[in-house]
Amino acid sequence: MFPELNNLLNTSPDSVEQGTLTLLCDAGTDGSFLVHHFLSFYLKANCKVCFVALVQSFSHYNVVGQKLGVSLTSARERGQLVFLEGLKSSVDVVLRAEAEPHPLGFLREAGAGNLQPLYEFVREALEPVDCREAAWRSPVLLVDDLSVLLGLGVGAVAVLDFIHYCRATVCCSLQGSIVALVHDSGDAEDEESDVLLNGLSHQSHLILRAEGLATGFCRDVHGQLRILWRRPSPPTAARRDRSLTFQYKIQDKSVSFFARGMSPAVL
Amino acid sequence: MAAVGSCASGSGTTGSVGAAAASKNVTSFQRKGPRASGTDSGGSRLVSIAGTRPSVRNGQLLVSTGLPALDQLLGGGLAVGTVLLIEEDKYNVYSPLLFKYFLAEGIINGHTLLVASAKENPADILQELPAPLLDDNCKKEFDEDAGDHKAPDSNIKMKIAWRYQLLPKMEAGPVSSSRFGHYYDASKKIPPELLKASKWHGFFLPEKVPSTVNIEPCSLTHGYIELLRFIQKVIYEEGFDGSNPQKKQKNILRIGIQSLGSPLWGDDVCCTQHCASSHSLTKFLYVLRGLLRTSLSACIITMPTHLIQNKAIIARITNLSDTVVHLESFIGSDRETNPLYKDYHGLIHIRQIPRLNNLICDVSEVKDLAFKLKRKSFTIERLHLPPDLSDTVSRSSKQDLAEPAKLPGPGCGMTAGGKKHLDF
Repeated sequence: MFPELNNLLNTSPDSVEQGTLTLLCDAGTDGSFLVHHFLSFYLKANCKVCFVALVQSFSHYNVVGQKLGVSLTSARERGQLVFLEGLKSSVDVVLRAEAEPHPLGFLREAGAGNLQPLYEFVREALEPVDCREAAWRSPVLLVDDLSVLLGLGVGAVAVLDFIHYCRATVCCSLQGSIVALVHDSGDAEDEESDVLLNGLSHQSHLILRAEGLATGFCRDVHGQLRILWRRPSPPTAARRDRSLTFQYKIQDKSVSFFARGMSPAVL
Repeated sequence: MAAVGSCASGSGTTGSVGAAAASKNVTSFQRKGPRASGTDSGGSRLVSIAGTRPSVRNGQLLVSTGLPALDQLLGGGLAVGTVLLIEEDKYNVYSPLLFKYFLAEGIINGHTLLVASAKENPADILQELPAPLLDDNCKKEFDEDAGDHKAPDSNIKMKIAWRYQLLPKMEAGPVSSSRFGHYYDASKKIPPELLKASKWHGFFLPEKVPSTVNIEPCSLTHGYIELLRFIQKVIYEEGFDGSNPQKKQKNILRIGIQSLGSPLWGDDVCCTQHCASSHSLTKFLYVLRGLLRTSLSACIITMPTHLIQNKAIIARITNLSDTVVHLESFIGSDRETNPLYKDYHGLIHIRQIPRLNNLICDVSEVKDLAFKLKRKSFTIERLHLPPDLSDTVSRSSKQDLAEPAKLPGPGCGMTAGGKKHLDF
């Protein structure tokens, strides 16, 4: 996790907000650093995490996680982390002859995808079982990223339904939180992607939007992050500004944030 | 001194520092210790496969694309387990070259190849590969040269400016096959004996698709699922997935897929705006990446993205690939005659570079890149404006420059004025 981002969001692993849907969105740049932040953040906060990783392999997340100070391997062994590796599973689902049920079973189907098995997987992963499990704090669902589902033949409405079900289960009844990444396709005229993004923006409590710079590539500023609170922040904060914009630079193990135009390279 | 000697035999670095300290003329510029001769033979377990090297940034094993210039742009090479997507230029003139360089590089390094195509027979594609610059005559000369120069070189240890010793000595000459990334002569074909020695698998779509109708309903276009099964079979049977630990020599599987997504693959993604199987291609890419990530293989795909009507699909394809390179040739566009671009044949855009095991990726600083197909080689250069030539050196070329500019001029008065100006 990046301490600077925690400061901006006014959170820390000791005080985890519950019942929220955080939407991560990237437009014209790569927002995966936000996923890594939230993954390490919730693992450090001792939350039970279900990570639906559709973009990269487990080893990738593990290596980056180690740079940020968490070990995914040991978290998985402890039972804190439930990891669904989309890339690896897709091979089994599509090329295996026998049709056994799988969370990503929609890959095999010809028609519009059905995300119900995936929802069942999430629910089982996060539902508290015994007193032994009570060691973990609130459950968290992390998805990287929902746009991949669109490419795999699932309709935008089905994805929205999936998130809605997950909200009902994870956020409301289990008092946990959901973090999901979506690409903003921008000018690519992707109607489904727009439907998904708008629908999720409407539901979410906090939106982090990473954008590439409008002026193009820059070595010292990798993009800008817009933070938008869509509901009153905790009463202690009592802040009036509901949205903030920062520029950021991703470094090897951390991300530095600064006000617009205040990059150390410029000053 | 004897103690130092024994120490040196034990561990190279400390011993030689001791020896250096013991010798008389120690300057502050002294090298710490002799570098392991030849970085290629470093003790790392990863380097044991020919034609690969670990990435400096993330430790990922890299293979060369066959074009050292492109390797450099992609952060050292193509990471094993990833997909390189080449977006074809409009008339498909230059993208097959990149495809062939990639395969030829595999043959030189002794990698296993898997060539898939719906248009040409893979055997024919292999025949057309460019010849590596390993010409015997050339090599002999080079060896003699190297022999002459090397003998004194190795004896003389530089005391000052020793960093020059680290410079690679054989920069211009032809290269040995163990190096990473080779140069090719596009005007010649690869020697058949090299082809014979190599191991390759071909997937020719018309041969693989049965004419019978017992095609089970599937979420993927039939050609794609056949190709995936074929790749999976090769990976599994030849032990590229690491399931065959008894295999002595690890090797890399290089997969090349030609014109994926074109109508010949049975995909209608190119034909209509709202096609029925628009998810076939993206699903295929997803599963293919799943296969690659768990095996020692690297894949190059050329795709006619200019044919795809729906822009949304292109964006998704880009998101589902690892490295994306777009070729934009000047053929047929007005840039062909534009004097600005007279030195080049097209532009090359690096659309995407993957972030592997890392928060950041290796983005090259230079964004304006152009390529040029010379008689023998395909080169990628930084885009430069042509130099403003002085009148005395070559007036003719300047007049050439003025010709096209004159054409859109509205009145003859202006052009006359322009000419007058040039005449100075």
